[in-house]
Amino acid sequence: MTKSLLWRGMLAGILAALVATMFARAIAEPQIDLAIDYESAHVVHHMDMPSDGEQAELVSRATQKGAGLLTALALYGAAVGGIFALIFAYGYGRFGRFGPRSFALLLSGIAIFLVVIVPGIKYPQTPPAVGKHETVGLRTAAYFAMIALSVGGAVIAAKIRSVLALSRPGIDATLIAVGAYGAMVVLGQYLLPSVDEVPADFPATLLWNFRLASIATQLLLWATIGIVFGLAAERVMARP
Amino acid sequence: MSTTAALFDDHFIPVQGGSAIPIEDIAPWAVFGTLIALIFLYFVSTEQGAIALFDGMYVHEYVHDGRHLLGFPCH
Repeated sequence: MTKSLLWRGMLAGILAALVATMFARAIAEPQIDLAIDYESAHVVHHMDMPSDGEQAELVSRATQKGAGLLTALALYGAAVGGIFALIFAYGYGRFGRFGPRSFALLLSGIAIFLVVIVPGIKYPQTPPAVGKHETVGLRTAAYFAMIALSVGGAVIAAKIRSVLALSRPGIDATLIAVGAYGAMVVLGQYLLPSVDEVPADFPATLLWNFRLASIATQLLLWATIGIVFGLAAERVMARP
Repeated sequence: MSTTAALFDDHFIPVQGGSAIPIEDIAPWAVFGTLIALIFLYFVSTEQGAIALFDGMYVHEYVHDGRHLLGFPCH
């Protein structure tokens, strides 16, 4: 049964990536183009390192926006769709008695919050031209640490809730667990290094539009996974 | 409860008579699925950025827009 769910999760992720790619192509790509224009205009700023403008020959912008974008989102969709299916397989019937479609939607909502919203508060999505080449190692490590903290914090909070629920009303156990998650996240965000690499004259509206488009693309991806996987899982579960 | 029932009205379907999928059924696929997912995520998020297994910048440039949009640090 897990095998069936896993394949369906990965396929739902790839389908979700198709939807997200079409959205990103229409809404997000214009923002990326504007950011690259800004970067090209400020190329003196970092002459000695490869920037997107100078690398245009290696992979053309047309490929980056088309096949490249689709490939990146499809790999991501398949990966998170597979993990999503495994969590669904474990949680179904163990965390409450939701119907498969409701449970898939609930999980995708939690995933958006834990993987997109909470890490994005500390390390917001950045368009091209934002971010120094020298710090990419630190920024990658810090970003993954933030995601791990968010997901790990949620697992710990779930444990706290299940222990507390034995001795007090469920609603109180839930509130304390959510508070514990919030405290862990705030402490972690306080301790992790700050990244502030937006050039002083980078257009604020462009930064806002890019982040909005980035978050919307990911919301669409996760929502599609939740809906499509829910439909598929319902069929798998109904099999005798 | 009635609101919940109205908004999410699909019902719990028992798992082949049981209430949940047994851990023994999940474990091997969890290992396989996680491994595949980590490889995929690595190429989207990190290859030729913070770490590079292959020389050059082709992978980085190819997944460039997706990497930015998914929030991963890029160059």
